[in-house]
Order: sequence, then C-alpha cells, then structure tokens
Amino acid sequence: MVVVLALVLLAVTVAVVSAPLRAGRRPPQPRSAERDELEVAREAKYREIRDAELDYRTGKLSREDFEAVDRALRAEAVEILDRLEQLGEEIRPRAS
Amino acid sequence: MAGLGRVCLLLALVVCLYGIGAALYGVRSGRIEFSVSARRSVYALAGILSVAILVLEIAFLRDDFAFNTVADTSSRTTPALYRAAAVWSSQEGSLLLWAWLLSLWASLALFLTRNRMREVASYATAILLGFGAFFVSLMIFYATPFATTNPAPAEGVGLDPLLRFPTMMIHPPMLYSGYTLCTIPLAFGMGALLARRVDAEWIRATRRFALAAWLFLGMGILLGARWSYSELGWGGYWGWDAVENASLMPWLTGTAFLHSLMIQEKRGMLKVWNASLVLATGTLAIMGTFLVRSGVLNSIHAFGGATLGVPFVVLIAALIAGSIYLVVSRRDMLRTEHRLDSLLSRESIFLANNLVLVGLCFVIFWGTYFPLISEALTGRESSVGPPWFDRYTVPLALVLVLLSGVGPVIAWRRATLANARRNFAVPLALALLVLVVLLGAGAGEKPLANAMFCCGAFVFGCIGQEFFRGVRARRATAQEGAMVALLALVRRNRRRYGGYIVHVGMAVLFIGVAASSSFQHASELGLSPGQSTRVGAYTIRYVRPTATITPKYDAAHTGSTLSLGAVLDVTRQGRHVATLEPSEGYYASEEQAQGSVGSLIGGQPVSHVSMDGGVTRDVWTAIEPDIETPALHRIVTVGNRTLPPEDALVAIGYLARAYLQHPPQAQFHFIVSPLVMWIWIGGLIVFGGGLIAIWPAPSAVRRRVAIRSRARAAQGLARA
Repeated sequence: MVVVLALVLLAVTVAVVSAPLRAGRRPPQPRSAERDELEVAREAKYREIRDAELDYRTGKLSREDFEAVDRALRAEAVEILDRLEQLGEEIRPRAS
Repeated sequence: MAGLGRVCLLLALVVCLYGIGAALYGVRSGRIEFSVSARRSVYALAGILSVAILVLEIAFLRDDFAFNTVADTSSRTTPALYRAAAVWSSQEGSLLLWAWLLSLWASLALFLTRNRMREVASYATAILLGFGAFFVSLMIFYATPFATTNPAPAEGVGLDPLLRFPTMMIHPPMLYSGYTLCTIPLAFGMGALLARRVDAEWIRATRRFALAAWLFLGMGILLGARWSYSELGWGGYWGWDAVENASLMPWLTGTAFLHSLMIQEKRGMLKVWNASLVLATGTLAIMGTFLVRSGVLNSIHAFGGATLGVPFVVLIAALIAGSIYLVVSRRDMLRTEHRLDSLLSRESIFLANNLVLVGLCFVIFWGTYFPLISEALTGRESSVGPPWFDRYTVPLALVLVLLSGVGPVIAWRRATLANARRNFAVPLALALLVLVVLLGAGAGEKPLANAMFCCGAFVFGCIGQEFFRGVRARRATAQEGAMVALLALVRRNRRRYGGYIVHVGMAVLFIGVAASSSFQHASELGLSPGQSTRVGAYTIRYVRPTATITPKYDAAHTGSTLSLGAVLDVTRQGRHVATLEPSEGYYASEEQAQGSVGSLIGGQPVSHVSMDGGVTRDVWTAIEPDIETPALHRIVTVGNRTLPPEDALVAIGYLARAYLQHPPQAQFHFIVSPLVMWIWIGGLIVFGGGLIAIWPAPSAVRRRVAIRSRARAAQGLARA
C-alpha cells in the first residue's frame, strides 16, 4: 500500500515538474523587464496623483503646494507614458 | 504509513535540489522552460509536504504510538482537539509545519508573479527552495517526524499540559505563517539584487506578502500574549522572554519596511534601506525559529533541541554574509532617485518612524542575545530582565505612538507650517484635555502611563480628523450620505485608511498596556476557606475548595487526572461582582519511580486561571493548592505501597475527598488590572485594519480609478 502510494506520488511529481520540459513549444516569453518597470512606475505615479489630491481635499496641502506637487507629478507621469509609448505599449491598467 | 512520510521527505529534498538547479540554470541560460519547471517544483513541494503532514496528522488522531513523535507528545487521555494540534508541539512536527507553510506561501507568491520579473522570480524560486531544502534536511538527518518504534508503546506521554489551551492550537500556525511569509520578500529582495533589478517592481510584487507576514506575526504574538495571560499563572501577557522577543524583532523591522517601501514606490528613495530591512526581517524570522528550535537561550516557549543549533547558525551566517555582500556589491544601483523635498513631509515622518522601529529592534536584540554575548566575552552567562527592557522600550514606544498620529496628517512631499498648525490643533487639544482629566483624577504619579494616554488621544484625534475630512470631501463631490461616503472612501483607498485603522488599533493596544501595567493591584497570599482579602477596590473571599478526578471530569477540559481548586466570591462595596473558580491540574507522568499513585499526578502541575474580564478591568485569580500536607501525602504513599496501577485511581479519589473535607491553606495570586481587554480589542482593530489594507481593490473600481488617473495625466500631456 505504502509502496503504491509512494509510486503514485513520485509519478505525479515527475509529471508536474517536467511538464514544461516535455512540452513541444517553449513557454511564452515574459514581457520585457523595462516595460514591467515602467508599468509599475506608471501605476505608482497615478496613485501618487490621487494621494496628493486626497491630501489637498483633506486639508493637508495648501492650494499653492497642491498645484506645484500636482504639476510635478503629472510631468513625471507624462514622462513615463512617453517612455511606454516608445516601447509601443498599449496603456492599460494591470491587476495588482 | 510512516514509510510514506519518509518517502515524502526524501522526495521533497530531491525536488528542492532539482528546483534550485533548474531555477539557476533557467535564469543563467535564458531557457524559460527550466525556470517554469523550477516554479512547478515549488508547487510539487507543497503537494508532497501536504501529504507528509496529513500522514502525521492521521497518526496523531489515530493514537498511532508507533510514531515516536506521537508517543512523545500525545496520549489517549489528551482531548481530541489538542491531539490534532499536538502535531506542531513537537520539535519534528513543528519543523514539518514550517516547511509545509513555506511551500504553500512560496507557491502562492510564485504563482502570482508567474508572468512577471522572470529573472527575479527565478532567483527567488531558488532561494525559497533553498529554505525548503534546509528544513527538509533537518527532518531527514536530525529530527524526523516519521521515526518509529516497534513494538509501539501502549500509551503516549501526552501533550504538555501548558499547551492544552485553545489559542495554542492556532498560535503556532499563525506565528509560523508570519515567519515563513517573511522569507517571501527576503527571497524576492535577494532575487532583485542578484538580477540587478532593484526598481520598485519586486517591492510591489511582494508588498502584500510583507503585509501578510506582518499581520500573521502580529496575531501570533498577540495570541501568545493571551495564552501567557490566561494560562501561565503569573498574570502577565509579556515577559520579555527570549522567544517572545524573537518573534517581535522581525515584526518591528517588517513594520518599518511596510512604511519605507511606500517611499521607494512613490519617490524611488531608500533603496538600500529597504533592501537591508527586508533582508534583516527575513533573517530575524529565521533567527526566531532558531531560538525556539535550538534551545540556545532559556525560554518557557523553547523546544530544547541542541542538535539543531549548528545547522541554524550556519544558515543564519550565510544569510547575513549574503545580504551584506549583495547590498554592498549593488550599492551603485541602489542609489536614491530623489531627495527629501522638505523635512516637514510624510517621507520624513516615515523615516523617523523607521529609525524608532529599528532602534526598538536593536534594543530588544541586544537584551535578548545579551546572555550569549556576555558568555562569549566574559565566560559567564548573565541576562537582563524586564526593567532593563522597559527602560529603553517605553520611551521609544511613546515616540512611535506619537509618530503614528503625526504621519497621517502630514502630506507627501511637502507640508506648510500653517497647514500643520491647523491639522494638529484638534488632536493636540484632545491630548491636553486627557492630560487635564488625568491630573484632575489624581493619576499624576505615573508620568509614562499618562504620556501614553495623551499620545493615544492625540492619535485618535489625528485619525478621527482624517476620517471626518475625507468623508466631508467625498460627500462634497459625490453627494452621498455620511455612511456611504465613509465606506466608499475606505473602499477606494484601502491602503491608506486600512493603515489608519491599524494606527488606531496600536494606540488602543498601547493604552491597554500602559494602564494595566501601571495601575494594577496584585496580591499573593495563603487563604483558608472562609477567609477573604482585599485587592484594589475588590474583596475576594475563599468560599470552598473544589476537586475533580479523571480526565473525563476535568473542568478545564485539559485531561488532568486530578484538579484541585477553589470557589471565590468577588465583591465590591458589598455588591457581588463575580464567582471565580481557579484550579490547578495534576497530570500523569512517565516516572514509574513515583509509584502507581504518585505517577498519576506526578506530571507538571498547571494552573488554570479564572478571571472576570471587563472593558474597565480584569479580576484575575490563580490558585496553588498544597497537596504536600502530611495527610494527603500519606494517601499517596500508602496507595503506592498497596495499589496496583489499574486501581491507583481509587487513591486519587480518596485524596480528592480528603482535600474537600479538610482543605489545607492554599496559595492564591490575585490581580486587578485596568483596561487589559483593550489590548485584545486593539489587536482585533489592528487585524481588521490590516485586512482592509491587504485586500485587493475590486477590479472594476481599479479600472475606473486608473482611467481617471490616465485622464488626469493626459491633461498634463496636453499642457506639456
């Protein structure tokens, strides 16, 4: 009984682990590292824009400071979007 | 079935070693199929270890004493629920639990990152499997859970009575989940450094795991504190014990990391600091496991197993050396992208909070390892006690609570003094009001506790104001009712408002700690039935003794052979408050030399605390009956001489009756502590806030928010 169970476990393990090596086609290439990095930066920047807005609306930033911060953040966001565009990336949100 | 368990361990080791090789080959050669195969090795490891832990669990539930670990830590008289949890009470079982939880969390982390960060994830896979190989090797070569004895003993030793407590069933899995989850950010952090990909992506990918580690570790610590308070018979929830401290240290550095990672995400700053924090947190988690497993320091929680000391020291040394090498060799890449815009900004407050947290960790590290350090330097082992820890940690905790109020009301990047003045007016007024009330109530003789109450009030003011203003702003734009606006606000900003709730919970918890430790009344004395004593505002009278025999009738449901206790009447100003029934359980031992009767009650006696808990105070009682009186001792001696083991319980019945008829004076420990319940309530608030922060935003909301953000950025694009 134990031998049978052990053999089944071994067979399942080998099947699971070796499946990518046995497959005829190579697994899809993950997206480029630079694109991933830019997407993360883009979403962080969006979040920062929202946070700044919430900070302003909850009285933590004066109007002048908010405008300055918001302007700077949007300029940084535009720079990221430009770089993504150069990579030919469709700009879409990604699941976090 | 032990054979299947042993096969599982061997197969697990082979899978780990293969996976490490495949991951490294995949990332070096660029052959993705090997990286994928390595990731699948982690899934396979999870499956194999699930079978292994199932085999062991079944052995415990079926009282299969052929398994040495079952015979050593369980028995037929151990209640069924505790038998199920006894798996992780043993050295071997807890190693298996560690490896199993590691494989599950690692599988989840690698599954979620399967399409991203190929190189980082491959290195992380190798590191996680390295941890897996380490723990599986310990089980194969040093402490196997599947060692057997033939013929099997008829009965087991039984679960340590101290562990027969409901929270102890979930405390170890929570703590171990925390420890194992700490290794996920560690593995990805190391992977990022190895792959030279030190942008914010690895942080983003592992942020939730860092938060989950923090949450599990925190809850594990709190459950341990609750166990200590309710079970250990000394009336405290925190004793600066080495193992308690070992779990607190990664929690502190993890807290620091959760704050500083936001600065890297937003500003590209503190990369060296974050990498160091995450590596330190993972290493401290391993050190925490080491302290429990090695028996190198004295602790009530330690499972002395001197054989595991050397492998753990080697692993920890490798982790520390590897971490230092990686951070130093990648320092050019870890250069900060921005500088602080203003000292009056949330970044600065987070930095201060990080310094306090790391300072706390350093103090605790020094105090915990001082016995080892002193022995290494002087040849004599000496240790530091709670007063030493309190001297340094209390002021730091005060600053920490204060900062947890300041941070939320300061804006990112820059804040003006005028805004700060306006934002701090209400919280400061609230703190001052509390101070005036405390001084008016004559509580001025405890300055540190009063300072904590004022800091707590300040935090409530800051966070309350944040919620109020957020709801007001939301209502102004969305025309919603207050409750709908509040829910929408939290739902759309889970990290922010979940974090705020955590701050409130921590302030509540610290208020509970300050009040209960500074204003408690305690008394230890001997009482006979009919006598009473006064503890604080309460009068406690020893009404009558109680006794039960056989595990079946144990009132505490812990399977004791004999339980002796007392009925206590608690009154305040003549009014009945509560009836309490503390007891002490006596358990069977394996010492045949104690005789047929003596061995039935010769195990370690365990106090079963009885208390009346409330939101304003707890009345806590414990009893230590005297069963060494000549009359009771004679019953045991005569029984040992005349009764065979199968009739020995008769003597225990005599002993119980004699105790009830002529009860000797019993030693009691009474404590009246204010606000203890708020420690547990604070913990629950922290847990709730943590869950809100960790919960992913619904995809529809995320999509809407992203579209709006894109539109805003597009405005900037149009102007540029």
